[in-house]
Amino acid sequence: MHMADALLSPAVGATFWLASGATLAWSARQVRKDEREYLVPLMGVLGAFVFAAMMINFTIPGTGSSGHLGGGLLLSILLGPSAAFMVMASVLTVQALFFADGGILALGANLFNLGLCTCFVAYPLVYRPLLARAGAAPSTRRMSLMAVLAAVIGLQLGALGVVAQTQLSGISSLPLSTFLLLMQPMHLAIGLVEGLATAALIVFVRQARPDLLALPSAAYQTASARRVFPGRLMATLGAVALVTAGSLSWFASSQPDGLEWSIARTTRQAGLESPQSGLHAKLSEVQKSLSLLADYKFDLAAKPATPALAPALGQATPEAAWPAVDASTSLAGVIGGAATLALVLALGFVLRRKGSSAV
Amino acid sequence: MSRLHAALQDFDALDALAARPTALSRLDPRVKILATLGFILTVVSFDRYTVAALLPLALFPLLMAALGDMTLRSIGRTVLLASPFAVMVGMFNPWLDQRPLLSLLGYPITGGWVSFTSILIRFGLTVAAGLVLVASTGLPQICAGLERLGVPQVFTTQLLLLHRYALVLAHEASRMSLAHELRANGKAMPLAVYGPLLGHLLLRALQRAQRIHQAMLSRGFDGQLRHRPSLRWQRADTLFLALCGMGFALARQVDLAHLMGQLVLGWLR
Repeated sequence: MHMADALLSPAVGATFWLASGATLAWSARQVRKDEREYLVPLMGVLGAFVFAAMMINFTIPGTGSSGHLGGGLLLSILLGPSAAFMVMASVLTVQALFFADGGILALGANLFNLGLCTCFVAYPLVYRPLLARAGAAPSTRRMSLMAVLAAVIGLQLGALGVVAQTQLSGISSLPLSTFLLLMQPMHLAIGLVEGLATAALIVFVRQARPDLLALPSAAYQTASARRVFPGRLMATLGAVALVTAGSLSWFASSQPDGLEWSIARTTRQAGLESPQSGLHAKLSEVQKSLSLLADYKFDLAAKPATPALAPALGQATPEAAWPAVDASTSLAGVIGGAATLALVLALGFVLRRKGSSAV
Repeated sequence: MSRLHAALQDFDALDALAARPTALSRLDPRVKILATLGFILTVVSFDRYTVAALLPLALFPLLMAALGDMTLRSIGRTVLLASPFAVMVGMFNPWLDQRPLLSLLGYPITGGWVSFTSILIRFGLTVAAGLVLVASTGLPQICAGLERLGVPQVFTTQLLLLHRYALVLAHEASRMSLAHELRANGKAMPLAVYGPLLGHLLLRALQRAQRIHQAMLSRGFDGQLRHRPSLRWQRADTLFLALCGMGFALARQVDLAHLMGQLVLGWLR
């Protein structure tokens, strides 16, 4: 799913531009230092290949629907993460400019979601470590399994990115919990498709041209791995992640989420005279709309809390009632937000740790 | 298949548009890139319930399209075909935000409908601005401009190569897909066919990359493409950028649509 300009606020768009731009500049330095002199034409043509591959659909086993390749993981396997990130950047740029997929301001966000999450998180932290077994070549089945796993994790992170960017921008009214429950399962399916397509391709390449796959994975097992993927990368990435997380949490605290904001507006407009009716009406309204998605556990769990809370709201001043309202309606939202932040911070921490141990 | 062909045709059409000499294509690409970025930032900087104040900004893509001799139909078609993600997410607004915000002829309009309309307008404006930029400038010029603005050369070089070979490989893919379709008796492609089919395309692409690299080396390739357009910043460029900047600032600060409405109402009375 491509993030769109129309859903972004300038601050969020600019933050992700900075994060992705810094990663792009760093990747360009790595590619320039790379010894494979044919790398730049190879990147261009593989980018064109990903483009062409997006136009061929295959049927998803067990269902009637069809899907296509996204490309991030395949490129990482064939080229290594930094070159793959640059190719993804150009694919997304052409999509944004020629097909209006996403947008120019959203390019930074999309590059973060679809490029960085796969090339710099799912590939080096999931696919490669799990695939590499000292001495023995991984079996075909293991390879396919890891490709599917890495693709799913990469796309789950990407979907989390879309949700975070939309929420922080505050243009959409979707509550965090609902949006998460819409996006994550949807991207589980997209991730499975991506993983299956990638696995089908690497299994074929492994039979036809095993040397192509041996390139990055061989480097992984020898001393030259340090050159391809040095500790400095980990340290830089950790810093980028921390800065992004830090600045994002700042936005998060300064901009209330869409739902809170609309409730805040309602109470203010009611003149603070009848907070009970205003808030209660709003709450039941929100719940009515959420109950269309009542299959999800979070909403069911959140529901009983409200009637018990309503009398308390009437007595308390609106200011005092704020945290209570928050806790009851967007419990799932708060949990989701905290989990996201923790995940990003943990990621930064892990990357840093790895960086310091490798240096 | 028809969707695929439409996408390829649009791709071709945008390149063809960019190749024509127009008043707009004579401007420095850096100016157009900066103006487009400024425009998009202006559009998205408005409050989520802004509708009317956004409308004067539509002047920018319209003017650019006029200066660049583009038909509105070609732009409009691509805007309509564009990724509907923003619309999908925005659709939830009327349903979630049912607080009446304004009343029109006695009928209350909820905040959700207002913000949904705002999202649709933002979507149209930002997508149109991006398309006009490509159609008036072309990717080689945009890359030259980006390079001068500090984007790494490795990136622009492989972006240009991607652009050059995207159509070649896409046509190859569409021929393969057609060949399969004609033999598949109406059945969709299973994964067992997909892997080898696309795998062969991948192998051919890799061989092609090798040949391209050899051809480039034999023509003196040393890490950067030759024949890059030379850029000269002229007075017209400064003027264009200043005018755009002032226009955006005006539209951002003054609610022109509101003023216009008051003017019309006053005139009616």
